[in-house]
Amino acid sequence: MQYVLVGSGVAAVAAAETIRRLDARGRIYIIGEEKDGYYSRPGLAYYLTGEIPERMLFPMRPEDFRRMDIHLVHDRVEGIDPQAQRVRMTRRGWLPYDRLLLAVGAEAVRPDLPGVELEGVVYLDNLDRTRALLRLARRAKEAVVIGGGITALELAEGLRARGLKVHYLLRGDRYWRRVLDEVESRIVEQRLQHMGIRIHYRTEIEEILGKKGRVVGVRTKDGRVLRCQMVGIAVGIAPRIALAREAGIATDRGILVNEYMETSVPHIYAAGDVAQVFDPRVGRHVLDSLWPLARRQGIAAGYNMAGKRVPYRRGTPLNVTRLAHITTSIMGMVGQREADPDAGIVRGDSEVWRALPDAILAQKSEDINSIRLMVGERHLLGAVLMGDQTLSRALYTLIDQRADIRPIREALLKPQAPIADILADFWETWQRQHRPTSPAQEVSQ
Amino acid sequence: MNMWRTFRALFLQQKTRMEGVVVPDNIRCVQCGICSYNCPIGIDVRRYAWWGKPIRDSHCVTCGECVARCPRGVLRFEVLEQTLSSG
Repeated sequence: MQYVLVGSGVAAVAAAETIRRLDARGRIYIIGEEKDGYYSRPGLAYYLTGEIPERMLFPMRPEDFRRMDIHLVHDRVEGIDPQAQRVRMTRRGWLPYDRLLLAVGAEAVRPDLPGVELEGVVYLDNLDRTRALLRLARRAKEAVVIGGGITALELAEGLRARGLKVHYLLRGDRYWRRVLDEVESRIVEQRLQHMGIRIHYRTEIEEILGKKGRVVGVRTKDGRVLRCQMVGIAVGIAPRIALAREAGIATDRGILVNEYMETSVPHIYAAGDVAQVFDPRVGRHVLDSLWPLARRQGIAAGYNMAGKRVPYRRGTPLNVTRLAHITTSIMGMVGQREADPDAGIVRGDSEVWRALPDAILAQKSEDINSIRLMVGERHLLGAVLMGDQTLSRALYTLIDQRADIRPIREALLKPQAPIADILADFWETWQRQHRPTSPAQEVSQ
Repeated sequence: MNMWRTFRALFLQQKTRMEGVVVPDNIRCVQCGICSYNCPIGIDVRRYAWWGKPIRDSHCVTCGECVARCPRGVLRFEVLEQTLSSG
């Protein structure tokens, strides 16, 4: 059996590891067009701030792959011939497959702005682009950052950490309104300002200004000119579906796959940011852009490619991240009713978060610590936890395991209820009554 | 720098739970490597996190550096009865 995995991100690596566990003799190829191979894409944010050196971005060494007899190939797959079951690479030509995985990820959307091609326009998208960004940051003094979501903040914070004066432009009147509520947005914005990042509300770029091919500033739609040598862009990502579409594989916004990660074409699978996966619970195909979920999808694809019929179970989407130095967990359904002009799907995002739960809100905030719960009739449906993360794991488990919260529901919904204390007590009791299921076990299935 | 980290780790050990073990929650982990980079002993904590396994390295002094540095709350201390008996 010959397995060809296109893309060298976490989904492909997880699939390769899984296949090797199940099939000791099959040939496994990972074909990646990035010369750096497999690295931690979310780690780029910490590489940008200087918290880790570049070498730490690589979780595996080449010998780790050799030991598993997984062949890493640096090449670009240009085409798929599903009839003959083979792929065409730019340098190496045709490679046959018995099972093919498309795990080519998503890429940063390039907005349609005059001047977007100038040197100094940057994206926190892959390692190569991050290196270029760091080189430019060494000689730049000022930057403008646009976009909602996590990556835009990573850019703003990272450039600030490198000593640049940063202007953060928001099209709306608050940060990431599609996922955060107003209290949470304001906490983040205050911290950003405290870090020295200047926020410009209701401000859009009309044109990026250049001189000799380099960025020298931006002109805003309201006619102001902000001087800068860099423009950081994080307005969203787009799954890289062209290869699949040209091969006649069904696509929508991503490559459409069923619960077994199978595309519309036999023996071809997809996983990770490029895959739009059918979720039987909501009855439609959903995009996620979360690293741990890309890994789970890769594992599920690996099982199915190696002949074991195992469905992908997403579980409750969770992202734990830092927003303006505040650790924040977002889990389950936390939907906002307002549209967000700043972002489509961004990295570290899940469409599930934006589903509107039929729930009542319970919220408590103090200083930079905030807890917001979406309380259903019997279960907790979602939560956003900022600052103090003591309850993060407990909340995730209660939401994911659909714990019956009726004993505490009324208390949670009282005005000024001590939500954290109520939850902590309930968690103690619940844990004693239920054998804990670690999310770790689910990942390794 | 590393010597200083080791020294600090050993000092901190006095105040931390020596009987505990660092446990990862791998659905939160993005393999950024901050834990491994900051381990004063040089343990590849990230590898344990990938497999969702407790850091059962006899050199781990449970100094808490990885727990404190992880930007995503992946790592936590856990006091396990079996840790004590199985060493």
